[in-house]
Amino acid sequence: MPQNLPTTLVPELLRIVGVEGVLAARADLMVYECDGFVIEKNSPDVVVFPTCTEQVARVVRCCRDAGVPFVPRGAGTSLAGGCLPVGGGVMIVLTRMKQILEINTRDRYAVVQPGVVNIWLTQALRGTGLHYAPDPSSQGACTIGGNVATNSGGPHTLKYGVTVNHVLGVECVLPDGEIVCLGGPVDESPGCDLVGAMVGSEGTLAIVTKIWVRLTKNPQGYRTMLGVFDSVDDATNAISAIIGHGIVPAALEMLDQGIIVALEAAFQFGFPLDASAVLLIEVDGLEVGLDAQQQQIVELCRQQGAREVRLARDAAERARLWKCRKQAFGAIGRLSPSYCTQDGVVPRTQLPHILRRITEIGNRHRIRIVNVFHAGDGNIHPILLFDERDPEQVQRVLQASNEILEDCLACGGSVTGEHGIGVEKIGFMRRMFTADSLDVMARFRSALNPDNQLSPGKMLPTAAGCGLEMKGSHRKAAV
Amino acid sequence: MNQDPDPHLPHRSARTGLAAPDVSNPGSAIDYERFLDCVHCGLCTAACPTYVELGNENDSPRGRIYLMRGVTDGRIDLTPGVRRHLELCLDCRACETACPSGVQYGKLIEPFRVAMETTEPNGRGKTHDWFHRWILFGLFTQPRRMRAALVPARLLQRLRIDRWIEATGLWRLLPQRIGRLLTLLPRLGPRTPDLPSFLPAVGRRRARVVLFKGCVGDVMFGSTNWATARVLQANGCDVLIPESQVCCGAIHYHAGHSEPARELADQNLAALKPADVDAIVVNIAGCGSMLKDYGHHWHDGRQADRTAFAAKVRDVSEFLDELGLVSPPGPIPHKVTYHDACHLAHAQRVREAPRRLLRRIPELVIEELRESDLCCGAAGTYNLTEPEMADRLARRKLQNILETGVRVVVTGNAGCLLQIARESRLQGHVLRVLHPMDLLDLSYRNECLTI
Repeated sequence: MPQNLPTTLVPELLRIVGVEGVLAARADLMVYECDGFVIEKNSPDVVVFPTCTEQVARVVRCCRDAGVPFVPRGAGTSLAGGCLPVGGGVMIVLTRMKQILEINTRDRYAVVQPGVVNIWLTQALRGTGLHYAPDPSSQGACTIGGNVATNSGGPHTLKYGVTVNHVLGVECVLPDGEIVCLGGPVDESPGCDLVGAMVGSEGTLAIVTKIWVRLTKNPQGYRTMLGVFDSVDDATNAISAIIGHGIVPAALEMLDQGIIVALEAAFQFGFPLDASAVLLIEVDGLEVGLDAQQQQIVELCRQQGAREVRLARDAAERARLWKCRKQAFGAIGRLSPSYCTQDGVVPRTQLPHILRRITEIGNRHRIRIVNVFHAGDGNIHPILLFDERDPEQVQRVLQASNEILEDCLACGGSVTGEHGIGVEKIGFMRRMFTADSLDVMARFRSALNPDNQLSPGKMLPTAAGCGLEMKGSHRKAAV
Repeated sequence: MNQDPDPHLPHRSARTGLAAPDVSNPGSAIDYERFLDCVHCGLCTAACPTYVELGNENDSPRGRIYLMRGVTDGRIDLTPGVRRHLELCLDCRACETACPSGVQYGKLIEPFRVAMETTEPNGRGKTHDWFHRWILFGLFTQPRRMRAALVPARLLQRLRIDRWIEATGLWRLLPQRIGRLLTLLPRLGPRTPDLPSFLPAVGRRRARVVLFKGCVGDVMFGSTNWATARVLQANGCDVLIPESQVCCGAIHYHAGHSEPARELADQNLAALKPADVDAIVVNIAGCGSMLKDYGHHWHDGRQADRTAFAAKVRDVSEFLDELGLVSPPGPIPHKVTYHDACHLAHAQRVREAPRRLLRRIPELVIEELRESDLCCGAAGTYNLTEPEMADRLARRKLQNILETGVRVVVTGNAGCLLQIARESRLQGHVLRVLHPMDLLDLSYRNECLTI
């Protein structure tokens, strides 16, 4: 039993969610000490599994009254420590709120609970001619609630936009336990865009318990291409050339040699192992224009020095290509025991520069770095390979990550494209935003979350926090 | 928080090889590198049936690996709670299919559970009870005894008393696992004659194979074994069916009893003589998966022989697909749906072969099944030992089947056949559950499918 909780808390939680809905044994809590970001860990004191909005509200009120911090969690696939229970307390796990409540094909929206896995919705829509557009690479496991919290992107956001462009409304529980509804099935609502504020707030404003999402018509056709390049520079120049020609691909992804080798080992797709980089390019839309667009892209790639451009022959091959791309992070396990995925953004034309810098930084810190990323919108994902059991390596990884992100900022970019700030990037907030901007954000958070009991230590730096937290010696790699 | 001392240092030596087994720690015999393959990305979670049902990460593959590693590292004790999470795993291996890092989960959970059983003092383990001893090990794996035990069951079925017992729910009054066993029994036709020890190829001889009959499968699905043999013959195979073959050992091994399984494996090595044939053909996914694993379950002087044996093992669909199926002539104008048996789709990675074979049957239409590769809850003997989770998954599977509107389900594993048929009977639905070989056999013989 946890030491630092009021003794009445667990019995109270048991009354709300029942014995099946509470974990308090140390062994049971251990798996909740981290998510996909393993560099920092902290166990919650209690885990609860509410099954409805009312239970969430009661759990929240219970935590508020007890003065205990609480944090929501979905599938725990965050790569930035978004689910880390900083300071312990109660973790509210929403995986039992997993109903698709409504699918309305005529008005093109669906209503889901936060624990619905992203791909379940698309699967449930099979045959309707509609889909849910945000497709993060972890869509086979991550929840829509988590997508809302981090404003997730995905390969196809280049054309279709990120999560915030597809959320029409949310029902949420405020940190005082009040249940409120923002937005709803209709597209436009007057007043401040509170739904927009909620999406991407990383669980620091409220706990989302129901989501109205927009459904998008399936494109009539696809053309999926694989451009093979002998140099990373050529590949990145091709990206700028394609976009510069006014083509908006549905997706435009780059994979470098390191990741190609890992993916080939995992999936045996037939990637050219000697290529320095490949571009995965997809255009979609009305059948009529697709062949012309495809031809244009093939020519542009050739002009930039592509060795060859392959076409996906059929839907099955297209699906296999996307499977490879989407599972790329996981395939890293074949290269090293631990990895740290960075998530920076630079203007597209700066891609050749930043990739050269990444190589240089990796060499200097003796850390191997591979790259797979959403090239079309300049969202880079350098993956730093290391062994978490070696604290010295961990420090070098943190240092290299910091330098890469500093460079992104220097190029006029950002330190996160889609993974969120979590705890990982909190030190960068002061460098990315002015003190005034942060102050406005903090005041907005305080309006809803005045005591900072909900998701403390996330996204916004505390007044005393310094930007170099990541380097602190307390952040050692424990398991 | 986070005050645990660095737990890895004592285990570093394990990276280069196996540490000396520490009898008190079930993880000590596991190659530590296998834990490190998991990068904690969580992409496996939604593929796990118990996690999808319960939403508790301790009941997910990532969570279970974390627990096993925690016990191995000495961070947590093997408490009854931890034990429960590990026992609740179906060993369906869906997580291995989902895992992009290539974590070999089966090679973690299986030896860990074996060790968990052996470290439990004096027969207090889950599998040291009368049910395991007399029914699972004593009866299931012994076709002759099993056949004798089915004589009264046949009589009950002939007199329709079994339906009355099911309909009134009287089976619930029996000891739980016996009651479940009774309701799992398929409608037993007249006893099929034993397969002869040799059946010759029809037409040009293309291959020479051994047919592995299975133990439970042979008794309950004798007609499917005949169908399989005939399909192999029709595809130009000489079929050898040695009498001395025995149970594959999966029931023992998965219950944590490694030694009896090893003895059975070596009896099969002697009986099936892999060097003399092109393939050892199996029509039950669970057995096939076990036979394919013979090479790495035990580390002793016979490992090389077992590896050579395992290399010859093929699921019958996989084998026919590789060989090139002789076109089945007879039309079967029905819609069917296909359920991916875990030990075929996940453990053996055989997914497309059975579908390709079925598509060759004239006029047969395959409707895809939602969550076709999510476990039905049978999982070997899991449906007897973990009734609650098994029932939840069976209901989920049946619901998905009913949504297709199709009344014929095809699947390549005995356990799934029994489980799906049981659930549909208990819920009062008319469903035909068949093995792909049953359908192919009908087509080769130009017979009709009756529902």
